[in-house]
Amino acid sequence: MSADDTDTAPHDARPVVGTRSVDIVASILLLALAALLGWDAWRVGNSWADDGPQAGYFPFYLAVLMAAASLYGLVRALLARQAAGEPFVTHGQFTRVMQVFVPTLAFCILTQYLGLYVASFLLVAGFMIWVGRIAAWKSVLTSFLFTAAMFLTFEIAFNVIMPKGPLEAAFGF
Amino acid sequence: MEAFELLFQGFQVLLTFKNLALMMIGLVLGIFVGVLPGLGGPNGVAILLPLTFTMDPTSAIVMLSCIYWGALFGGAITSILFNIPGEAWSVATTFDGYPMAQQGRAAEALTAAFTSSFIGSLVAVILITFLAPRIADFALKFGPPEFFAVYLLTFCSFVGLGKEEKHKIVISMALGLLLAGIGMDTVSGQLRMTFGWSELLRGINFLVAVIGLFGISEILLTMEERLALRGHTAHISLKVVLQVWKTLPRYWVTLLRSSAIGCWLGITPGGAIAASFMGYNLAKRFAKDKDSFGRGRIEGVFAPETAAHAAGTSALLPMLALGIPGSGTAAILLGGLMVWGLNPGPLLFVEHKEFVWGTIASMYLGNVVGLVLVLSTVPVFAAVLRVPFAAIAPMIVVSCAIGAYAIQNAMFDIWLMLGFGVVGYVFKKLNYPLAPLTLALVLGSRTEDAFRLAMIGAGGDLRVFWSNSLVGSITTLALVLLFWPVIGRAIGKVGEILRPALPGARG
Repeated sequence: MSADDTDTAPHDARPVVGTRSVDIVASILLLALAALLGWDAWRVGNSWADDGPQAGYFPFYLAVLMAAASLYGLVRALLARQAAGEPFVTHGQFTRVMQVFVPTLAFCILTQYLGLYVASFLLVAGFMIWVGRIAAWKSVLTSFLFTAAMFLTFEIAFNVIMPKGPLEAAFGF
Repeated sequence: MEAFELLFQGFQVLLTFKNLALMMIGLVLGIFVGVLPGLGGPNGVAILLPLTFTMDPTSAIVMLSCIYWGALFGGAITSILFNIPGEAWSVATTFDGYPMAQQGRAAEALTAAFTSSFIGSLVAVILITFLAPRIADFALKFGPPEFFAVYLLTFCSFVGLGKEEKHKIVISMALGLLLAGIGMDTVSGQLRMTFGWSELLRGINFLVAVIGLFGISEILLTMEERLALRGHTAHISLKVVLQVWKTLPRYWVTLLRSSAIGCWLGITPGGAIAASFMGYNLAKRFAKDKDSFGRGRIEGVFAPETAAHAAGTSALLPMLALGIPGSGTAAILLGGLMVWGLNPGPLLFVEHKEFVWGTIASMYLGNVVGLVLVLSTVPVFAAVLRVPFAAIAPMIVVSCAIGAYAIQNAMFDIWLMLGFGVVGYVFKKLNYPLAPLTLALVLGSRTEDAFRLAMIGAGGDLRVFWSNSLVGSITTLALVLLFWPVIGRAIGKVGEILRPALPGARG
């Protein structure tokens, strides 16, 4: 694993959060999810009816199993003190993950309102310009070609319908 | 010899211009996704699945399985030239493949990798041709208890044989089974775990989850690690190819051993990764000069690649014959079968002969064409890796979104995909295995149905799972595998007590 840091900002290795903390939080969340799903299965009915197991029977016992395993994981994580030093994600890593996560989130929101193809054009072009620091004309051209290719492949050739917005409507799609 | 006849018919189905064209497209797309960082077999197949929704099932599976072959071949390119394993099972290929590239023997290493992949797959396909119909025939006698026992065996072998912490495997599996249960209960028609949310009525689609878990999370991880894509160039000439092929007979033991390991572990769920390491380690153990491994020895490429591809291919055997996928990608192909309206399992061999044999024939042809294609186009695909990641990452995100949306035409699925992407990222960083989750998601409702039908048939008596010798032995085997770590340790202890005076008898 070679992490070369020659071209961009120096690597910031300060941890944002330790692996142990994330492990504890994840265990708690999984435990809560198991409790929630198990409760609903219990509500639907987790016992035997005349015609066999009720709808909640199978999920209920799975939820119990999952809760038990999460509880075990939680206790183990709480007891493991010495492993606290290991970082889950460092500042440098976290920044880079956010650099791709935030645009993806924005892309999903835009897809809802502008349609997938416009959002796709904006995502690819924007990402290349601001995150990749690639020349604007190259980015816009690449993005346009990519989006057009996607449109032709899915909408025209394979007849797979995607969410569309005002722009496509203006062209009559 | 019935198999030959049916296989011949399969080739007839396959040899139309349309199917051959789809095959080439599939292979090229597959190599492409195999080479791209942040994509690989399962992601590629999941993302490209929507393309096949409007095709007939045979053309669809021909294209998808070719994407799969292509991705397998492509994975070897990145492992050898860039020291980046495209898939977990390519890790062992980097041990000797990358040193070979560093020594300027990249072309040799690539030829070795492609050829051994081809041999491994071929052995596995031959196995499928003759074994799958037998198993399917046998499985036609299965009732719900037998099917539940087989599903149980699948899950138990994951828990018992998995390398991760056991509680994490159990959580991942239980979570998958629970998520699969969301929505309308198929037996009673009741709603469950929807919490009055109408979007959840449809349930959580398996493919949406897979695209998020593998595609989106992989992008996040790749970005986090900031892979430095500085690789070696390679141009494969016919001379090198022939040179490597001339040395093949010398390694027949390694090739045969790796193929056998691969076939065996591939049928066992989750075995492909183990197969590649085992193939490598055994080749090393039996070699005369062990130290030369890891420094660019061609046998170190032959052994893991043959095993990995034999495993990757034979993982399709239980999928075709029993409806149980042996690997993540097989699980996605299985999801595809359901989308096209086919019911995976033994009946497939009776009701959709044309489909099954067309698929098997496409495995033969796809491998041959793939080998030629990949040998001749390596420089082109290696160049793909020099495209800046900042251009590729958003395109992969868009492809994922298209894939997720196309399955049910629901915007909610795009959000679900994003959510699963974050879950996948955290799970991978915390060492929660994703394979059991995937498998549980795709098998969840069938497992539950089999269990409930068995229970209804037996009036709620759990002894139905030991009611005859067949179901009894499968259930028992499942429990043995579940507690294998404990049992294995006990056997080891007994062995030590019995033979205390033999130092070095056990490796």
